[in-house]
Amino acid sequence: MKKEMFEPFNSSDNNFEQCVKCTICTVYCPVLEVNPDYPGPKQSGPDGERLRLKDQNFYDESLKLCLNCKRCEVACPHGVKIGDIIQLARIKYSKKKPKVRDMILANTDIVGTMASTFAPIVNPIVALKPVRLMMDGVLKIDHHRIFPKYAGMRFETWYRRYAASKQNDFKKHVSYFHGCYVNYNFPKQGKDLVKIMNAAGYGVHLLEKEKCCGVALISNGLINQATKQAKHNVEAFKKSIVDKNMPVISTSSTCIFTIRDEYPHLLGVKNDEIRNESELATRFLFRLIDSGKLTLVFKKDYKKRIAYHTPCHMEKLGWSIYSTALLKMIPGIDFVSLESRCCGIAGTYGFKKENYKTSQGVGKPLFDQIESSDVDFAATDCETCKWQIEMSTTKKVEHPISILAEALDVEATVKLWQK
Amino acid sequence: MKFDNIIIGGGLSGLTCGIKLAEQGKKCAIVSSGQSAIHFFSGSFDLLGKIDGQDVKNPLEAIKILPDTHPYQRVGIENISRLVVEAPRLLDRAGLNFFGKADENHFVLTPMGIMKPTWLTIDDFTRFEQNDAFPWKKAVILNFSGFLDFHTLFVQDGLKKYNVDTQIKNFAMKEFEAIRRNPSEMRSTNIAKVFDSGDALDEFAQKVNQLSEGFEVVLLPAVFGLFTKNVALNLKAKVNKPVVLLPAIPPSVPGIRSQILLRKRFEELGGTYFLGDIVEQGTFKNNRLVAVQTNNHGDIKLEADQFVLASGSFYSKGIVATREKLYEPILGLDIDGDTDSEKWLDEKFFNDQPYMHYGVKTDSGFHALKNGKPIENLFVAGSVLGGANALKEGSGAGISLLTSLHVAEQILK
Ligand SMILES: Cc1cc2nc3c(=O)[nH]c(=O)nc-3n(C[C@H](O)[C@H](O)[C@H](O)COP(=O)(O)OP(=O)(O)OC[C@H]3O[C@@H](n4cnc5c(N)ncnc54)[C@H](O)[C@@H]3O)c2cc1C
Ligand code: SF4
Ligand code: SF4
Repeated sequence: MKKEMFEPFNSSDNNFEQCVKCTICTVYCPVLEVNPDYPGPKQSGPDGERLRLKDQNFYDESLKLCLNCKRCEVACPHGVKIGDIIQLARIKYSKKKPKVRDMILANTDIVGTMASTFAPIVNPIVALKPVRLMMDGVLKIDHHRIFPKYAGMRFETWYRRYAASKQNDFKKHVSYFHGCYVNYNFPKQGKDLVKIMNAAGYGVHLLEKEKCCGVALISNGLINQATKQAKHNVEAFKKSIVDKNMPVISTSSTCIFTIRDEYPHLLGVKNDEIRNESELATRFLFRLIDSGKLTLVFKKDYKKRIAYHTPCHMEKLGWSIYSTALLKMIPGIDFVSLESRCCGIAGTYGFKKENYKTSQGVGKPLFDQIESSDVDFAATDCETCKWQIEMSTTKKVEHPISILAEALDVEATVKLWQK
Repeated sequence: MKFDNIIIGGGLSGLTCGIKLAEQGKKCAIVSSGQSAIHFFSGSFDLLGKIDGQDVKNPLEAIKILPDTHPYQRVGIENISRLVVEAPRLLDRAGLNFFGKADENHFVLTPMGIMKPTWLTIDDFTRFEQNDAFPWKKAVILNFSGFLDFHTLFVQDGLKKYNVDTQIKNFAMKEFEAIRRNPSEMRSTNIAKVFDSGDALDEFAQKVNQLSEGFEVVLLPAVFGLFTKNVALNLKAKVNKPVVLLPAIPPSVPGIRSQILLRKRFEELGGTYFLGDIVEQGTFKNNRLVAVQTNNHGDIKLEADQFVLASGSFYSKGIVATREKLYEPILGLDIDGDTDSEKWLDEKFFNDQPYMHYGVKTDSGFHALKNGKPIENLFVAGSVLGGANALKEGSGAGISLLTSLHVAEQILK
């Protein structure tokens, strides 16, 4: 029954012919809500596409105001891939060359390599007010932004030194796509992942060589480089999934969304052989628990009040249920649901001076909810949401995997499958 | 992933069914591929507006002469009499205040200036007792400059029939300058967002008071209260003349608010609402539906004891017609309708079109049929059902609300 449903008469991949002009998408676009200069999803997406197909001069640079949050797609009753249409139009028609600033923001891995090597020097420098003002003036990176700190020892280094040798003791195995953030800024999240997976009976391995998923390259218009990295990653995933029968898990919702959906939709990089077995760690764990193959035992004294924020890409994936279901399994957690809203950062978007106001305006309803929720901290699966919320509220943000790692009784959990 | 009940479709029927089940402690999930027909909602829920082209005065009585195949007859008159009392209460608990009687239609003024019979009307709008008179003689019709989704001339024309002396006035406010610059965005929902977030309402009310001097009543498009409740009521309190709101071209502001509040109520009761996900297929075993598979959850199937199909009609693709065939696209259920496509259309466009009666076939207990056999734990509710031309007879929301509550009762038995 599957295929016939939404595409009986289509010729395009993104369904723009299915648009019935109902304007429902425009109601839910977070940018339109705060910035009337943005033409909105319907105008920029399916309506604009019709015009652009006739004459590409109809392309409008204001399309770069789109956050690519895909909330319009989630709302559309007709399966129109509005966000994809907009991003593809930017890729195809934009004549503006990416600025130096955009290259810096986009190359998270190269910049990360340099910065983490010199972390003790870089961190204090980018934190200095005059430097931030200089970045604001010259590079147009908004001075309100606080750069995430770079860690001294990269996750990969830590893994090779302290974790790699133990991984072959396990019977079952997964590969871990850690992403730039875990590697350069926050290795703890990767260590927590290894702790949980080991407790669940899985050895964790790195891919032969992972490259940055490329999400920031795509949004900053560096398409050739993004495509190259995508092809590289798909090959690396294949070596794990197809050759070694090892699924790939990740802790970053944005990386995994990009690899599963943006590679084929925006970059034309086929991923059929790896897509189903590339997923989030929380989904992987949920499946094990749901099918009775794993039981997690939690510490008795862990007590926290937590609010979960659904990142836009989790909303699009529909996967926040896995993270929240796992959190709710922890007996000591007092769980607060937040209304799903965009936080406004959208990766590197909010770092740009021209977007700062829009970015904070979009996020305000979310910040207000978190501020008034009286929680110990917030939880979310996306690293840029974490920066944004930590910068804009008084609350800290933790990854669900880190919360599980903190609350888990490792010994008791291991005992259950070892016997 | 296991639930007590899973509902396919998150429109009016899916949500009210889910709310009723969740109120009784069921662990429910709703999967909805996109936003629903409530976004186009006029502000009123119809029970039965017309039979053979004639206005119905007492829907509860009139239902009795509908054919046996009509969903109301299949729910049963006794059940209907009970559920018409329950439905507005359930909506009320979700924060939606609807007023009206099932044994006596009232009238609402449409944007075409016509009085239309209906059952329940949300408190934004004005209910009229008669369809041959308008209570005021001098009316001012106000509109926002540049707002093209409210056709003041139609309203004026329609009111002539009731001998109302009308004047149309347009006005501008600086709060709307930004959205006006972008003509495609001067829409009711965007105007509503301005009122939602700021203090534009006071200034606006003052303006309305000035412009309505010398008139008995003010007519305005319904652009108040999208994400915030009570904006329309606050406005009415600030304006010294009676205010009559009229629906603008959809998406409808009160409709979207209704959708949001229903979903919120469902979630507060512990329900799980999966928006933007598509149910793709089901696993059947011994005339039971065991699990459904969705696009987002893939191999992690959604299991439940009972399922409800509330996937809407043609508009929401609960039913699909291609040139050759008519089918239910998700589970391949039996269809109540002609398989011969020659018979779908009556050549006279305004006649009762046969295809408008088509829908998923059920047994008397609203179980879906597959290859002629009832599926024990799969119920069907809302506009995906066949047996009625909701558009022609004015029964859309009534069928959705009452069949969904009826089905919920079957599940709770
Ligand atoms: C444009 C329009 C305006 C109307 N206005 C009124 C009015 O003002 N008053 C009135 O009384 N009646 C009105 N009606 C009649 C209307 O049919 C009912 O009022 C009612 O809203 C229908 O509700 P429903 O839940 O049965 O279907 P819908 O509201 O159509 O909801 C069905 C839902 O199922 C989802 N769905 C479909 N397939 C799948 C799938 N495979 N997987 C997951 N989800 C799926 C859809 O996305 C949709 O959200 C209107 C109908 C239309 C089409
Ligand atoms: S919601 Fe979908 S169908 Fe409606 S206008 Fe937007 S793209 Fe078109
Ligand atoms: S992807 Fe997000 S920002 Fe872009 S048009 Fe859609 S809703 Fe708006």
